[in-house]
Amino acid sequence: MTGVSARTTLGRLERPALRGVLVREVINFSSFWKSSAFSSTVEPTIYLLAFGFGFGSLVSTVAGYDYVEFVGTGTVATAVLFSSVFSAMFGSFVKYQFQRTYDAILAAPVDTEELVTAEALWIAARAGVFGCAPMLVAMVFGLDPSWGMLLVPLIGALTGFGWACFGIFIAARLNSIDHFSYVTSTVVTPMFLTAGTFFPLSGLPEWAQVLGQLNPLHHCVELVRHAAFGFEGWVDLYHVGVLLAFAFVMWRLAIRYMTRKLID
Amino acid sequence: MASALSLRGVVKRYGPITAVDHLDLEVPDGTCVGLLGPNGAGKSTTMRLLTAQAIADEGEIRVLGHTLPADSKAARAEMGVVPQLDNLDTTLTVEQNLRVFTHLYRIPRAERHDAIERALEMARLGDRRDTRADKLSGGMRRRLLIARSLVHGPRLVLLDEPTVGLDPQVRQELWALIDALRAEGVSILMSTHYIEEAQRLADTVVIMAEGRAVASGRPAQLVREHVGLEAIEVYGPPARLAEAEAEARAAGYSTRRTGTSVSVLGTERSNGEAPDGERRPANLEDLFVLLTGEEAE
Repeated sequence: MTGVSARTTLGRLERPALRGVLVREVINFSSFWKSSAFSSTVEPTIYLLAFGFGFGSLVSTVAGYDYVEFVGTGTVATAVLFSSVFSAMFGSFVKYQFQRTYDAILAAPVDTEELVTAEALWIAARAGVFGCAPMLVAMVFGLDPSWGMLLVPLIGALTGFGWACFGIFIAARLNSIDHFSYVTSTVVTPMFLTAGTFFPLSGLPEWAQVLGQLNPLHHCVELVRHAAFGFEGWVDLYHVGVLLAFAFVMWRLAIRYMTRKLID
Repeated sequence: MASALSLRGVVKRYGPITAVDHLDLEVPDGTCVGLLGPNGAGKSTTMRLLTAQAIADEGEIRVLGHTLPADSKAARAEMGVVPQLDNLDTTLTVEQNLRVFTHLYRIPRAERHDAIERALEMARLGDRRDTRADKLSGGMRRRLLIARSLVHGPRLVLLDEPTVGLDPQVRQELWALIDALRAEGVSILMSTHYIEEAQRLADTVVIMAEGRAVASGRPAQLVREHVGLEAIEVYGPPARLAEAEAEARAAGYSTRRTGTSVSVLGTERSNGEAPDGERRPANLEDLFVLLTGEEAE
């Protein structure tokens, strides 16, 4: 008899199943979009204003950019991170543990792979939109618009997909919602602080710079800055590659562990 | 008669616990089969096996002509599931809950409206279509769960303890709804630990205990085979009950305690050796307790 492994083979994604899960998310979102949009955009904007004008009064330029421009583009990644990883961690846990929503969906012709993929796609789409908020605020304070900025939602969505899958993976791995604080303290916060959002990684010790290269959020920060101030060819392809690899690995891990959680 | 679903020698283990133990089960097309058993008998695990939310360690499962778990998605597209635990989207309205499932069940756009109206009418929730699910009564939420499982016109419906925790009046409303489904020719597998529910709704019952099917057949036939036609109910103080129990067992009768009385089973063959008491027809509850050793509800 075929086991669980056969159910997680690549290439089984069906568009109607993805659409069904996405429609459910969109209809549900209509009932809580205000609070979600508020929390996902206001916090990074506060970081932008606090760091931009706090440090901005002490530091005029960083890495050749005005500090407000530097932070304004950097906090896009923060908004993407916050709106994806926390939604995925808490949302997925609540949906399978307390609301049993995933049981209801899996009783329909939807597999775990499609469920996880659609959930992550929806969170990624939201992250791509919410991620633009700090950049729009920074424009009010002097960040010049550029054509490259039109790609920022896509960069945010790609990054958000990886972090959404990371959040779903964590939700599937941990047995208590209280344990999420360990992940927030040891993974999310260090990643957020060492992404090059508020200060350039070039000022850190060499080992920290190497570690920074492993931080997917750093690659999002770099791509957003280059989208705003000018792309750098192969370097940006490398950043996209890292984000794609992060998203792919996290996607497969999220599917693997959520399948183990949902299918006995 | 063709089968809507069949299980052959199905085993499901959770570590050292065997939740389903070489289970054979069949639901002929257009019939209602009641899966009757005490808590922990393996009824809910069996239901999860049928939606591939649990994968069997051994055995064969076929649902609506599809082999599980390989073709489970095709099977799920043609069946509806009413879970034991409420998993509605509570912040959505009745209609929105149904709309979500018209998409999940891939109903074409042109047919979605009619599908929702049909399900609302069947569950008599038309006047509540704009009410949020968390504002509905327990009975209405159950009706909405059933409506949700019917929105795509399934050939088979799995009902996992459909009336558990509901008051008797609401339970009877739901029985009428399930009976209407059966009348429409939908095949039904219904797990329950309520004897009356199985007796009223099921064409055949399968009694489960410790993961195994210990008896199956039409309720009246099963009662006749395992219990007999008649029972004597003996009432009295505890000492009298113990005495009657010992007396009946010595005469070769099966007995069961029912709180304030002792039931002596199969007394139609008595030639005066059975204890004195009130005679009554044997019933499914007698059978259930005899086979599972558990009190029925």
